[in-house]
Amino acid sequence: MVFSVLKYTSLFISLVLLQGLILNNVEFGGYVVPFLYVVFILALPFETPSWLVLVLGFVLGIAIDCFVSTHGMHASATVVMAFCRNYLLKLIAPRGGYDFNSKPNIQFMGLTWYLLYAFILVLFHHLFLFYVESFKITQFFYTFGRAIASTIFTMVLILVVQLFNYKSTTKS
Amino acid sequence: MRNLIRFLSNNSFLFLFLFLLFVSFFLLVKNNNYQNSKFFNSSNFLIGNLYSTVNNVNDYFNLKEVNAELAKQNSRLQTRQINAFSKVFGNTVSVSDTTYSQKYIYTSAKAINNSTNKRENYITIDKGSLNGIKAGMGVVSAKGVIGTVKNVSENFCSVMSVLHEKNAVSTKIKKSGYIGSLVWELGDYRVAQLKDIPNHVKLTKGDTIITSGYSSVFPEGVIVGRVKSFDLPEGNNFYNIDIELSVDYKNLSHVYVVKSLMKEEQEKLEELNGI
Repeated sequence: MVFSVLKYTSLFISLVLLQGLILNNVEFGGYVVPFLYVVFILALPFETPSWLVLVLGFVLGIAIDCFVSTHGMHASATVVMAFCRNYLLKLIAPRGGYDFNSKPNIQFMGLTWYLLYAFILVLFHHLFLFYVESFKITQFFYTFGRAIASTIFTMVLILVVQLFNYKSTTKS
Repeated sequence: MRNLIRFLSNNSFLFLFLFLLFVSFFLLVKNNNYQNSKFFNSSNFLIGNLYSTVNNVNDYFNLKEVNAELAKQNSRLQTRQINAFSKVFGNTVSVSDTTYSQKYIYTSAKAINNSTNKRENYITIDKGSLNGIKAGMGVVSAKGVIGTVKNVSENFCSVMSVLHEKNAVSTKIKKSGYIGSLVWELGDYRVAQLKDIPNHVKLTKGDTIITSGYSSVFPEGVIVGRVKSFDLPEGNNFYNIDIELSVDYKNLSHVYVVKSLMKEEQEKLEELNGI
């Protein structure tokens, strides 16, 4: 228990630093921005209480907001994502529920399950984030395109991270 | 009452969600009223220090260009010094101290954080209220206009860049003197738009755009950019003008905060007209 709390805390800190100091500076013509930090919400274990996921999502969003002084923009998007995760996990649960020891990653749940799970949540997060950022309906399709393109970019990064994890856990 | 409590506890997840969403939207909206949200700002002490550490490392990669830029500016200043001029007419003109009074004071500072890819871009610089910086002062660099100071903490301040949807700089065309306002619309960080130039003004590609000095945030004559392209839509009284900005906002380091000594006086006088 203590070990996993430590593990997720260090994951949290390293993701926030990675996002704040490096990934926020990555861009293609001001159009596509990757938000890898959401992988923290994806990686939380199945048995995490749903209220805790919400609170952690909120704290994660606020931490990112502090870096870019956007005051609650990321926080609202991560809270929405954490909310959706609760229902999505019930919706796409395998027959007989989740095994006691399994975790939401490619290794335990398979590639198709993980792609579906990650893509839906990341898409929700990005759509919400980009629409809150633009805050107007006149640029509907432009914002939509930004959200979709950034989602795809973020998904690629998430898969890369997953592949790194894959090797290290099979060895041990 | 018991039913109410049961209802709340059955739906605690939903209510927690709504509560957190409400809090984040509250912060989001309150953002416009900047004094209240100072704590979550990037001029926040801890994050500001972290950024300046990272910046110290980054600085080494830019040293060469920065040196070249400073040397160029030094030489320009040297040529303006009094000993660079020679007397043409004997002793007929005496310079008296009261003829010129200081209007602007420059404080040098360094940009330690910067963005160009959002709708509202801010630059964090390493001087704050301890150095006499106040909200509303202008920021320029050797290459041109940078922005306006928005939030100030003790050691840092964040600057609303020209690349900010809601920032408009009062500018004029150097050649003809017509006044327009410079705004930036999302997209290319090197191009901004000039508004309010009427259709009878003669324009050519490459015309220099400088600050007007009307708002006394910036001194008159600071370079802003050059006309890149322009067109006149049919039935319209004003040009659409694209300006190529002279400052590369992706490559900022040494900047100057401009304090206007006569701004208050000017504003006070102009306020009288409003009553």
